[in-house]
Amino acid sequence: MTRIVKSDERVAVELTVNGERERVYIEPTRFLAEVLRHDLALTGLKVSCGMANCGACTVLVDGMPVYSCITLALDCEGRSITTIEGLSQGNDLHPVQRAFIEHDAFQCGFCTSGQILSMTALLEKNPTPDEGELRHNMSGNLCRCGAYVKILQAGMSLSGAERGE
Amino acid sequence: MPKLVKTKVENEGRVTEEFTWVETPKTTVWDVEEELRVVGKPIARVDGVERATGAAKYTTDIQLPRMVHGKFLRSPHPHARIVSIDASEAEQMPGVRAVLHAFNLASNRFSSTRDFFQNPVRFVGDEVAAVFADSDNLARAALKTIRVEYELLPYVLDAESAAQENAPQVTPNGNLLDGKPSTYTRGDIEKGFAQADVIVEGVFTTNAQIHSSLETHACAVDWDGKMLTVWESTQDVEGIKDRVARHLKLDKTRVRVIASYIGGAFGAKFGAGKYTLLAAQTAYQLKRPVRFVLDRRGEQIAAGQRSPTKQYLKLGAKKDGTLTALEMTHYTNVGAYATWSPFVEGPARELYACPNLQTTGYTVFTHSFPFAAFRAPGFVEGTFALESMMDELAHKLQMDPLELRMKNYSSVHPESGKPFTSNGLLDAFQEGARAIDWETKKRRKQEDGIVRRGVGMASQIWYGAGAPPAYAMIRVNHDASATVLTASQDLGTGTKTILCQIAAEELGLPFERIGVEIADTQMGPFAGASGGSMTAASVGPAVREAAADAREQLRHIAATFLKKRVKDVRIENGIAKARGVEKPLAEIFRELDNLQVVGHGSRYPNPSAYEIRTFGAQFVEVAVDVETGEIRVERVVASHDSGRILNPLTVSSQVEGGVLQGIGFALLEGRVVDASGVALNANLEAYHVPTIADAPKIETHMIDRADVLANNLGVKGVGEPPIIPTAAAIANAIYDAIGVRFYDAPITRDKVLDALERMEIGA
Repeated sequence: MTRIVKSDERVAVELTVNGERERVYIEPTRFLAEVLRHDLALTGLKVSCGMANCGACTVLVDGMPVYSCITLALDCEGRSITTIEGLSQGNDLHPVQRAFIEHDAFQCGFCTSGQILSMTALLEKNPTPDEGELRHNMSGNLCRCGAYVKILQAGMSLSGAERGE
Repeated sequence: MPKLVKTKVENEGRVTEEFTWVETPKTTVWDVEEELRVVGKPIARVDGVERATGAAKYTTDIQLPRMVHGKFLRSPHPHARIVSIDASEAEQMPGVRAVLHAFNLASNRFSSTRDFFQNPVRFVGDEVAAVFADSDNLARAALKTIRVEYELLPYVLDAESAAQENAPQVTPNGNLLDGKPSTYTRGDIEKGFAQADVIVEGVFTTNAQIHSSLETHACAVDWDGKMLTVWESTQDVEGIKDRVARHLKLDKTRVRVIASYIGGAFGAKFGAGKYTLLAAQTAYQLKRPVRFVLDRRGEQIAAGQRSPTKQYLKLGAKKDGTLTALEMTHYTNVGAYATWSPFVEGPARELYACPNLQTTGYTVFTHSFPFAAFRAPGFVEGTFALESMMDELAHKLQMDPLELRMKNYSSVHPESGKPFTSNGLLDAFQEGARAIDWETKKRRKQEDGIVRRGVGMASQIWYGAGAPPAYAMIRVNHDASATVLTASQDLGTGTKTILCQIAAEELGLPFERIGVEIADTQMGPFAGASGGSMTAASVGPAVREAAADAREQLRHIAATFLKKRVKDVRIENGIAKARGVEKPLAEIFRELDNLQVVGHGSRYPNPSAYEIRTFGAQFVEVAVDVETGEIRVERVVASHDSGRILNPLTVSSQVEGGVLQGIGFALLEGRVVDASGVALNANLEAYHVPTIADAPKIETHMIDRADVLANNLGVKGVGEPPIIPTAAAIANAIYDAIGVRFYDAPITRDKVLDALERMEIGA
């Protein structure tokens, strides 16, 4: 549905974030990353490069990983958004989160929410990725500390391919 | 009785004197063979859940009501006098709270070498003005309205040119740090070369490497009229506290600095930035919280870099490989404001037992990007050149490159002649060679297909002794759990986890019962900056002392309960035991209700009769595609001696991270600057940090042996050593693969293709 709005007028946008319906009043030019972080105080995603190079801002929109730093919040009207805060069920961590902790697949942790969400999306689509598929699908998420070896180990520990499924 | 001691403290080769409060040690070093329960185990991080769930709060996550946002306007010119600034439009915009620049700032002095707003500006990116506004977007919009009139001045971007006599002046004191090159001589260099059977020479360059921390430099400041709280993404909370207090003329006790989580630092996050002090003074004046986060471009151009170098090397050796002379001159481009120099000549001076040696270091001011420490500053650059040159020498001598290095191994420190507390270099050679199968691989004939493989190696020396002053406390809580308190930082290295391991080991409590509060000047005692591979060996020993102090108190308490003599009481896994009786500490504490036990400990000085160094070697396999020029690092074996390993899981993470940044330095990372001094790749798109697709197989082989002379844990640092030898090992492996020696890092694909074309290799 196309909506015509003025750029400096706030509009109501309804988003489903981590299963909860949220209504925010925002300028239509605002990016999803900023709305999630600032208006909804979901600071697990990070903004680092601001131009879709690093993947620290990765969230899932209808299950697909997107760079929220260049995604307009308005474009997510009515869509289902998952942030890192919504991945665990209460105190029960998601298997990808558990694998990251067990394998030490992070150092400073700033890129970690994006890494975990990218891997989650991959495993939803392909439960048996091999190492090459992990590398390919995760290469949009930079880690300056260089936790890549352990991220691959975490990914392979979850891959059915590793478990012979 | 505790004693006040003044002791020498070395950090990355720079020595200062510090007072420390030394108590009679309550611990003796864990012996090499000591069976430890928690220390040395691959335990997952204590804050893993926070990091994996988004719960960890970084500086850039701090949001407070009525927060004001700061932004810089930066110079588009490398050298220019600011004639005038018209900020009237910005000042009148609703929601703009302050506009600061050189002509309206009451006190413009930032440091001994620079003003907040320099006039003239001295690099493309120098701060010209700052805007504080109600939102980030508004601040950005306001910046665009500021009109600056510049008078362009002559500039010089390159270090060697800037060192010439007629070069444009960068500072009023000339273009060399300290006004002259730094020189070092031992033996007789001319005699040394006269004795040589073989001489090799090379000119090497290394490009800038930019830290590119994913969390840019950032702070948030809140002034409540009594206490100024600063959240800062920093390696040194205490340093920030001092600096901010001095700037605002506040007593130090009224400044609190917090750095709970730090999104990457790598050496660039020491000390308060201009943004920190301006945010602090603005928060103080406006009585509103202020947030100042560098944008990505600002981070890449103005927050520091590993400085570009040009290095001239000349080695002389006897036929049997014995080095007779080493001459090295470097020009290091530190930008306009450096106050110290990366120790590029360090590896040449310290790695080998060469009797005749001369180094000359030109640390040159230019109108280029500022220098900041970056993981093993100087040694990464210097080792690339030295260890490439050693490889060339080995080939000229028709010697095994590994054998050449063993031949020139120095069992004592080659400058001071003092013995090392421990030196695992030969073990690292042996272990690395075994793991990569060096004997077979180095004899492999050069391949002639499209993809050609090669193997190479390089060695490493570095500091990492740790030092006082560092203090820690252990608080035993009402439920017989314990909390480690110290104002150290965890940069993502796993500091919190190893401190908990040390405390658990010494206290006799289960690891799960230990918590830790660090990186808050209000919580823990002083522990110093996290850098120079110092943290484990500085803070760790103090934590062990504090835990021993607490444990003695626990034994006394337990003795009363068990009706036994103190000397018969021991604490194991949270249970107090003595000859046939035992009682869990938690039960004792329940009965004692509000009993509080606090242990304290301090780091005592290092032994003065020894040198403390870390050593290591890396062995690398590469594959070179001679049609596309692509170099793939396929496998890295990293063998390092950092004394006792506290946690093999987090240590291997640090090694892998160092190797990956080394791969970036060797093959991918470099600043692209045009002739007018503008950085063309000041982002994470065109500046290439390694991705997961670049990650090779990395095998960590630590020489895990306690350095029993160094400190009560037997540890040495591990953060920096793994980045040091990687680039040279890669360059040497490339030579092995295609017979081409590259002298310029990064070895990018265009350079490879050019070389292949010259050599008529490949397509």
